[in-house]
Amino acid sequence: MDMLINPTVVELSRLQFALTALYHFLFVPLTLGLTFILATMETVYVVTGKQIYKEMTQFWGKLFAINFALGVATGLTMEFEFGTNWSMYSHFVGDIFGTPLAIEGLMAFFMESTFVGVMFFGWDRMSPKAHLVVTYLVALGSNLSALWILIANGFMQDPRGGTFDPNTMRMQFTSFVGLIFNPDAQAKFVHTSIAGFVTGSMFVMAVSAYYLLTKKRRDIALRSFRLAAIFGVISTVGVITLGDALGYIDAHAQPTKLAAMEAIWETNPHTVSASWNLIAFPSRTEQKNVFEIGIPYVLTPLLTHSEDTVIPGIKNLEQDAKPHIENGIKAMIALKAYNADHNDTAALATFKQYEKDMGYGFLAKEFAPDQDLAKVNASNLPSVLDKTAKATIPNVWVEFWAFRLMVAAGFFMLVLFAFAAYYSLKNEIEKHPLFLKIALWSVPLPWIACEFGWITAENGRQPWTVYGWLPTFVSASSHSVSYMIFSLIGFVLLYSTFIAAELYLMFKYARLGPQESHHHGEEPAAGGGMAGKPAFAKSSMNRS
Amino acid sequence: MDAYVFLKVLWWLLLGVLLMGLAIMVGMDMGVGALMRFVGKTDGERREALNIVGPHWDGNQVWFILGGGAIFAAFPSLYATSFSVFYIVMILLLFSMIMRPVAFEYRSKVPTEKWRNTWDWVFLISGALPMIIYGAAIGNILEGVGFHFGWDGQYYQTESFIWYLLNPFAILCGVLALTMAIYQGSAMLMIRGVDPIYSRAKKIGSVAGVLSAILFVVGGIWISAKTGYVLHDADPSMPANISAAQNVTREAGAWLNNYHSAPILWIVPLIGILAMLAGSFAMRAQKAGLAWWLGAISWISILGTVGISMFPFLMPSSDNPAQSITVWNGTGSQYNLIWMTIFTAIFVPTILAYTTWCFNVMRGKVKAPAASDDHAY
Repeated sequence: MDMLINPTVVELSRLQFALTALYHFLFVPLTLGLTFILATMETVYVVTGKQIYKEMTQFWGKLFAINFALGVATGLTMEFEFGTNWSMYSHFVGDIFGTPLAIEGLMAFFMESTFVGVMFFGWDRMSPKAHLVVTYLVALGSNLSALWILIANGFMQDPRGGTFDPNTMRMQFTSFVGLIFNPDAQAKFVHTSIAGFVTGSMFVMAVSAYYLLTKKRRDIALRSFRLAAIFGVISTVGVITLGDALGYIDAHAQPTKLAAMEAIWETNPHTVSASWNLIAFPSRTEQKNVFEIGIPYVLTPLLTHSEDTVIPGIKNLEQDAKPHIENGIKAMIALKAYNADHNDTAALATFKQYEKDMGYGFLAKEFAPDQDLAKVNASNLPSVLDKTAKATIPNVWVEFWAFRLMVAAGFFMLVLFAFAAYYSLKNEIEKHPLFLKIALWSVPLPWIACEFGWITAENGRQPWTVYGWLPTFVSASSHSVSYMIFSLIGFVLLYSTFIAAELYLMFKYARLGPQESHHHGEEPAAGGGMAGKPAFAKSSMNRS
Repeated sequence: MDAYVFLKVLWWLLLGVLLMGLAIMVGMDMGVGALMRFVGKTDGERREALNIVGPHWDGNQVWFILGGGAIFAAFPSLYATSFSVFYIVMILLLFSMIMRPVAFEYRSKVPTEKWRNTWDWVFLISGALPMIIYGAAIGNILEGVGFHFGWDGQYYQTESFIWYLLNPFAILCGVLALTMAIYQGSAMLMIRGVDPIYSRAKKIGSVAGVLSAILFVVGGIWISAKTGYVLHDADPSMPANISAAQNVTREAGAWLNNYHSAPILWIVPLIGILAMLAGSFAMRAQKAGLAWWLGAISWISILGTVGISMFPFLMPSSDNPAQSITVWNGTGSQYNLIWMTIFTAIFVPTILAYTTWCFNVMRGKVKAPAASDDHAY
């Protein structure tokens, strides 16, 4: 009964979740950011009454729609996968984790999805002011949606708001306030939604740069470029500030993530002069960096916002974990005894004593003889502790480099946006074709930053699904390998087709650019609309 | 009755309302998707059909997502178990559900026949398959599902997905769900469509209504001969622990026990049968709006009938009946249910209010969009 799930199935489930989440996260940031950019453009239209801003809103809205569809479609996968592939996880924390997901549906996603149809189709059916309200509701809905999702994610990173109940054998919700005011969730929400604004700004700026280079609709391109550049400067500063805050929070909540992120193996007692690794090649087997370039005096103030806080290294964190593991084993043995006999108050008392460390007991299962914690004894304990302690550290190499790629992309974009805003405000952007080309070719950067940000956050959480409470390998559903291969192949085929169709359409409509307003209606095939073949156009025109 | 028991029953009812909302609204869109190739012969007609549900399919699909989230939170173990036990079926359902939004957005964006025809097939499959799966899943649950739990809550499953898809009773339920979706989709096509879509939908929908009534009656007779589950010495206020044993037996015809103990409940399936038949007549009499509402009543009664039969079971285990998931052991904690109730009480009326507003803004007959129309599917 206590068998572990086939490790291959666990790895395939992780791979599937990571691939589908990263894929979903290609569409989310653009939705988050572009909605507010659309709302801003439309606000200008409603306030000034200038038709060109309506055109801008409608043009960028069309590109928004192409992206939005896949965001919604692939989001559904995420909600399914907790149940289909992480059954134990869903059962174990569903009482807490499911609630923000349900509230997200009730409060945010429903609003966003209902109004998005009216936003696209309702231009002629209501006053400009009413339509503007609709656009703002879409923007608000998508960002509220991110808030609740990240509250749920915050619980995985730093579980607050609930605790384990031996009578229901799961974690139970005890504090709504604790759940929603989780510092990790709060900082991560702002960090992520602003990252969306950066993505939206970069997208609009790069596409506008293309129009300026190809001399297409200068009026729309210049205005869009300036708006995006200014939005971009503000939001990139914001995203870096909040990223820093998030690192600071992690230092307390997830020391293993922080140590891996910075590839710190040894605790440096000289806090003032400790160096920050700019480049490192961490080796797990040798437990050190085989190569590193560090900048002295930077690490401690950067991470802890102080000069004298000690940052524990990976080796010390492993030693620190050992007493927790020992207690965790006791907790799990007592829990099993209590579960077999609810009158066993002694077992319950023992469990209560070590309850906080039960996750480490789960984690030790993998290394216990026959995966049975009852068989851990004085002679094999040191080896179980050693192996389990090593398992508490995430993959350092991935963590270190994912983090650095994200940060590098972020700073590069800050410089780019700053120049863009400067040139644009001086009205000389068109005199810098090389800069426009750089702006165009930088379009993948926000996506690179977002994807590596996700990897930093979720790889750094390993080996846990719920930090300190539930290990990943316990969380998975016990499927067969063939089931997993079936679904993985299906996802790869389906998602590859989707991305091909989306990129094709995105390029097609971005290249076509906004319609020439003077010819609107007269020459539909020349514009960016859903231009049909003449024969087809004729037949359906006759019908209307 | 103590507060926790009240909340458990309340959430059982809300689960039912969600499944009903899902079946009516999403089923309607899926019916339109499945029918599009048949009610629309030309591209213009097919676009007309799509744009009839165009402004609302997305909002409707959210019922589905909301349903998933609500089951996750209010019935964590039911969510954890049902999605895993039906793995392959769920993955197929998921693939259909994610193909559909993409088909809506992308179909009309490229004018070639090959492109549009491919997406039209996607609409057919992604409309019909999920409805069959929805019905088949309910059928399988009525038959009992092969799963049990370890002491620590880990679930184990024993039966293969082929059986879940292909057993005769599940097929019957799947086809019933499909005919109901086609009926509801036809009603919507009639409400917002013009000829020739209108008359084609009328023909198909009125047949689907009668077929649904027949399938529902056959299913009812079949279930009376099937083995059902009975929970003895129930303790409704028990802590929601799925691995703890309950006293459950399997008895032939037990799914009718609740009706035998309260014969007034027979009115629920009866209303359904009448509504399906009356709906079919309403369509023929060109009362499309009335037909739509009769379809909604039919769905409510079909799902109500199943819910009453199984109460308090949510998902009986054929593997270890003692570990069947019931309303008493399958819900979230009391604290969680309180918060879920507060949020539902605030936001469901809000949602209904703005959804109604959006429907009003976009109401009216739909014509095939001009080829140059940027604001249509």
